[in-house]
Amino acid sequence: MTFISNLINGISLGSVYAIIALGYTMVYGIAKMLNFAHGDVIMVGAYISFCVTTYLGFSPFVSVVISMIVCTILGIVIERLAYKPLRKASSLAVLITAIGVSYFLQNAALLIWGSAPKTFTSIVPFGSIALFNGQLIITAESIVTVLACILIMIALTLFTRKSKMGKGMRAVSEDKAAAELMGINVNVSISVTFAIGSALAAIAGVLLCSAYPVLIPTTGSMPGIKAFTAAVFGGIGSIPGAMLGGVLLGIIEIFSKSYISTNLSDAIVFAVLIIVLLIKPTGLLGKKITEKV
Amino acid sequence: MKKVSKIASIIMAVAMVLACFTSCGESTTSNAIKIGAIGPLTGSAAIYGQAVENGALIAIEEVNAKGGLQFELKCEDDENDAEKAVNAYNKLKDWGMQISLGTVTTQPCIAVSTEVNADRIFALTPSASSTDVLGGQPDADGNVTIPRKDNVFQMCFTDPNQGVASAQYIKEQALGEKIAVIYNNSDAYSTGIYQKFQAEADKLGLNIVCVNTFSDDSANDFTAQLNEIKQAGADLVFLPIYYTPASLILSQADKMQYEPKFFGVDGMDGILTVENFDTSLAEGVMLLTPFTADAQDEMTKSFVAKYQEKYGETPNQFAADAYDCIIALYDACVNQNIEVSMSASEICKKLIAEFTNPNFKIDGLTGTGMTWSATGEVSKSPKGMVIQNGVYVGM
Repeated sequence: MTFISNLINGISLGSVYAIIALGYTMVYGIAKMLNFAHGDVIMVGAYISFCVTTYLGFSPFVSVVISMIVCTILGIVIERLAYKPLRKASSLAVLITAIGVSYFLQNAALLIWGSAPKTFTSIVPFGSIALFNGQLIITAESIVTVLACILIMIALTLFTRKSKMGKGMRAVSEDKAAAELMGINVNVSISVTFAIGSALAAIAGVLLCSAYPVLIPTTGSMPGIKAFTAAVFGGIGSIPGAMLGGVLLGIIEIFSKSYISTNLSDAIVFAVLIIVLLIKPTGLLGKKITEKV
Repeated sequence: MKKVSKIASIIMAVAMVLACFTSCGESTTSNAIKIGAIGPLTGSAAIYGQAVENGALIAIEEVNAKGGLQFELKCEDDENDAEKAVNAYNKLKDWGMQISLGTVTTQPCIAVSTEVNADRIFALTPSASSTDVLGGQPDADGNVTIPRKDNVFQMCFTDPNQGVASAQYIKEQALGEKIAVIYNNSDAYSTGIYQKFQAEADKLGLNIVCVNTFSDDSANDFTAQLNEIKQAGADLVFLPIYYTPASLILSQADKMQYEPKFFGVDGMDGILTVENFDTSLAEGVMLLTPFTADAQDEMTKSFVAKYQEKYGETPNQFAADAYDCIIALYDACVNQNIEVSMSASEICKKLIAEFTNPNFKIDGLTGTGMTWSATGEVSKSPKGMVIQNGVYVGM
């Protein structure tokens, strides 16, 4: 029973990683940049939701919507101000800028909301479910997280495969110059990518803080790094890859904590990543890219 | 358009730099002894640093009102980070600090105490509780790896003291048959308490069924640890950790419908002041702490009233420790006829003599008749507290 309980916890933690990883992977796939500020957009999303429910007294559902809107705008603004001017610059410059934006968001959150931790009220209105005479307890948050993760992945896959905008985004990801020649607006495609990624970050932030309800300005940074790992693990740029990588990472983390050692869990997670990358350098579901010379 | 975004980028960069400068206010009095404090005014342990600043300011107001020797406090933020603490220390030295009010948390204090020792500035830390802060204590193998820093003293209990006292308290009060521990293995404070707790528990024959760890980087998911503890059938969980992860553990245990007794140490103090925290989760949580805001003596009552009036919240033991630090420094300075014009090293010499003098006794908020030994440790006794209806009550 402990095994099942650990498995559920692992999938639930992994689903949060997966939703965050989707944001990383989309931005990387289309804009070819690592948006290290993604983890901090999660934190902003969680704070917005916290403020809307706690200070303004709105329902949790409204708070999620408002937080998605704010994060979407934030994502677009960040892209316009910090990344767009560097579109032609080296990828290293963009990477450093992203780290700068990440610190900016953390420090801005420190100024606005202060450093003292805040307890996030779960947005899930029902309690845990007890099965087998209370031997197996499933929290409502894990169910909602897993469902949200699956829904988001299906919606994103449909969007990129079927919609005009999604097809355009895929074309930009294949070849920017050719896509532009075909009449696709590259800038709009990239902005939409950031908008979607940031809206996902808001959802991830709310779900993360519902399951692990302590909110501080650095809340998003470690889950952000783990999710980035998950995205690489699953094959960066691939949507199902991010999902698979996230869930596997969550399960490995919880299992190594329970069955091997709590001391070594992070070491084990990253060791698995190294092994996977040695065997399959593009990640589990990553596409092999042949460089043309 | 390009120009506009360039300007916007520059503005963003400037804002980023500005966001780094967060510092606290200072009480400026001319012709006063300059006391420098370093602590986390921001970051995840900020409640401690802010409490220390507030508590010290109340004490300074009181001693300055006496009209004799005057004190002046400046405090710098270290975000509970050793490197930033040393930078903050250098800043305070440039300001002309004559006495150091240590640093608030353990990890930064270990770094800063080495600096004050080399620079001969007397330091009394309100709350950094590791023996590595003081130095001169043998480790598990009996070797002294850090020599005694003779000018560093503590107002709080040392970590070993807390670990030992917790184990003894649990044994005496028969609080648990099967005990589990969750501690932070990336933190010197938490690890230090755990090691001594384990050693003392073995001596006393306490049954520790499960020991689990986490690190600062993995401090959001405790379901695996709690599952294991639940499986081991523990009825008491000892948490020698700070209140932020502790509040997560309490809420996750609640979601798992697992209700053991929880026993914390002084780092647990502050859990009730976490914004939006459901205090019913902390109902029945026990902790050892030297100070309780609901004590009925005159000194505590007056301190709590002033603190609530000024800062709008109930002081925790960090505020009380800081208050006692200032009272102790004031008495020591008066006894040794210390003057404002003296250099830091002169003051240091005199204060060491005073603090190691067995006749030097302080009655403060956190203990009566407190004395210090040459090892830098304070002697006072901890009290067991339990959280009932959202307030601390003596056990």
